[in-house]
Amino acid sequence: MLASMDSASVPPLTVIVGDEELLVDRAVASLVAAVRADDPEVDVHDLVPSQVNAGKLVEVTSPSLFGERRVVVLRSAQDLTKEPAGVVTGYLRDPADDVVLVLSHAGGAKGRALLEAAVKAGAHRVDCAKPTKAAERTRFIKDEFSRAGRQITPDAAQALLDAVGNDLREIAAACTQLVADTDGRVDAAAVARYHTGRAEASGFTVADRAVEGRLPEALEQLRWSLSVGMAPVLINSALAGAVRGIAVAAQPPRGMSEAELAKRAKVPPWKLRSLRQQSRGWTPQGVAHALRVVAETDALIKGAGRDPAYALERAVIEIATARTRRG
Amino acid sequence: MLVVMSVFDDLVGQDTVIEQLRSAARAADGLLAGSGGAGMTHAWLFTGPPGSGRSEAARAFAAALQCPDGGCGHCSSCHQVFSGTHPDLLYVRPSGLSFGVDKTRDLVLRSASRPTGGRFRVVLFEDADRATEAASNALLKAVEEPSPRTIWLLCTPTAEDLLVTIRSRCRLVTLRTPTTRAVVDALVGRDGVAPDLAAEAARASAGHFERARALAGDPAARRRREEVLAIPARLDGLGACVTAAARLYELAEAEAKETTGALDEQEKADMRAAFGEGSTGKGVAKAVRGAAGALKDLDDQQKRRATRIKRDTYDLALMDLVAFYRDVLAIQLGARVELPTADRDADLRGVARSSTPEATLRRIDAIMECRRRIGANVHPQIAMEAMTAALYTG
Repeated sequence: MLASMDSASVPPLTVIVGDEELLVDRAVASLVAAVRADDPEVDVHDLVPSQVNAGKLVEVTSPSLFGERRVVVLRSAQDLTKEPAGVVTGYLRDPADDVVLVLSHAGGAKGRALLEAAVKAGAHRVDCAKPTKAAERTRFIKDEFSRAGRQITPDAAQALLDAVGNDLREIAAACTQLVADTDGRVDAAAVARYHTGRAEASGFTVADRAVEGRLPEALEQLRWSLSVGMAPVLINSALAGAVRGIAVAAQPPRGMSEAELAKRAKVPPWKLRSLRQQSRGWTPQGVAHALRVVAETDALIKGAGRDPAYALERAVIEIATARTRRG
Repeated sequence: MLVVMSVFDDLVGQDTVIEQLRSAARAADGLLAGSGGAGMTHAWLFTGPPGSGRSEAARAFAAALQCPDGGCGHCSSCHQVFSGTHPDLLYVRPSGLSFGVDKTRDLVLRSASRPTGGRFRVVLFEDADRATEAASNALLKAVEEPSPRTIWLLCTPTAEDLLVTIRSRCRLVTLRTPTTRAVVDALVGRDGVAPDLAAEAARASAGHFERARALAGDPAARRRREEVLAIPARLDGLGACVTAAARLYELAEAEAKETTGALDEQEKADMRAAFGEGSTGKGVAKAVRGAAGALKDLDDQQKRRATRIKRDTYDLALMDLVAFYRDVLAIQLGARVELPTADRDADLRGVARSSTPEATLRRIDAIMECRRRIGANVHPQIAMEAMTAALYTG
């Protein structure tokens, strides 16, 4: 019974909240590993809602005749239908001693009641939200390296992020690869040896560079976007959005509040300031010309022209140089 | 006073055409009776501007041909023609953008059979300009030498919309844009609209009778027109251009939703019920699953319908704008003509004063370009932003 005393470090009930699969997998794996460390014979039931019914849940969570321990992992608990969810909440009220239950929940409004019931029952909570900001991703990269007992310079982390993209699993794989292939502190040169190019380019960057008049960068971004397979229509609608924003910020309709302005320009309120900056120096004729170019390009992309890539390139050049147009 | 009802009563302001069709119908009666039938022929082409009532005229003529009394308007034959159920009337109305050669060959085949009612077999082909070139060629032989009792009635906006070979085999019926007077009389006399309202609607619709009827009968249509015509005076900056384009876009979306929303749901519910949803028994679950494909098709159809309605709404709005700038041009050039948008007099004069006729023409071009772009599937909001910006800069 000594073993079971030790494994008191593993809480009998854990909820993993978040939708980043890699982090959820890791959290589950570390919990299972902790239990296994005490008791290598432990039974692990890794379940998803599509394979469970109420009966199955009752079976795996009821006290065992011989007292062997079990780990029950229930993934995507938000997708449980009413009946099995009822079994789980029933279990939460009256947990069995020899079961370690791990619930993973995407964190949204769906199946919220179950999550709340688990937290109320004193569950240990682990957050695994998807990192949304670039800074969070670079921190993730740094953490990956420090887990392996290594270091990476900030510019190298940024270069890696640019080259691999935003998918955490791919970032983690690239980190593991770099750790294995290099020695010492990883710098930008080391990253450049293994990764070149850029995995993700967005139509919004193309549009922002174009309306700022930074033609070379805009064209570069456009080529990237097209070569990673972004739909021309989406790029053009980003261009339309950017020019629309310029139009609204340059000559806002009279007597319109900030909030309303943001709604009209179809941008979040915080973006208004950068829009104002971008709109500086645009003449009304320039904006009108840019709006016309966007409309022409939409037609060219949708069948009036032969080559959408050419149409977009022309649009980017026209927009980037339209700023000071008069007449 | 004796009121003589006739199938031709519904044609507004087309007196010469009615006379032509009446005498042709009499000649057709003569043909059946065995006299020569001079004045009747086997192929007719109805042309005229939108709203002049091409298909109405063709349908009235079809009724007159089928009716023993030359189009009395109240016998069962006339009723059947107007409800589209007459056994000897083939009614073709292309619902898509074009009419293909396969359908045309089928049509030619069906047109050749003898009339069951003993009078005529009439083929009424609305929007015949939608027939593809191959389809037109398939039509040619049938129109040239139809079976003895078959009559072809084709409708197109102008005679030039058809192959010259088909055109030369048809007798031309040219409808004119009804005068405002005729539209007012029809609205007051037939629909019981108050004279003031009728006069206003008739002027605003510039001879498009259905549009006049909608404006007279539907306050929402009048409000939408008001809102569209208020746009030119409000374009005082680029922000206002974007706002105006967004507003036009919202109006069309709302219009489509209002017209189709309830209908869509009903159709879907009917479809699901037809596949057995809600019933019990063996095999029901499988049948309901099988409905997925059919529902998808229905969904696509409904989307196409909604797109069509949106396009029509944009079209109305853009034509109202064109009318506005046409009136601006008339004022600028000092032309003494009736102004369909005279109700926005102050706006008209303001725009006329502050711009040149050249700018007005450029603006009208921008509106027509926008119309073309929407037709070419450009996102309507993008097309209209380009347009309002062009209207603003002139």
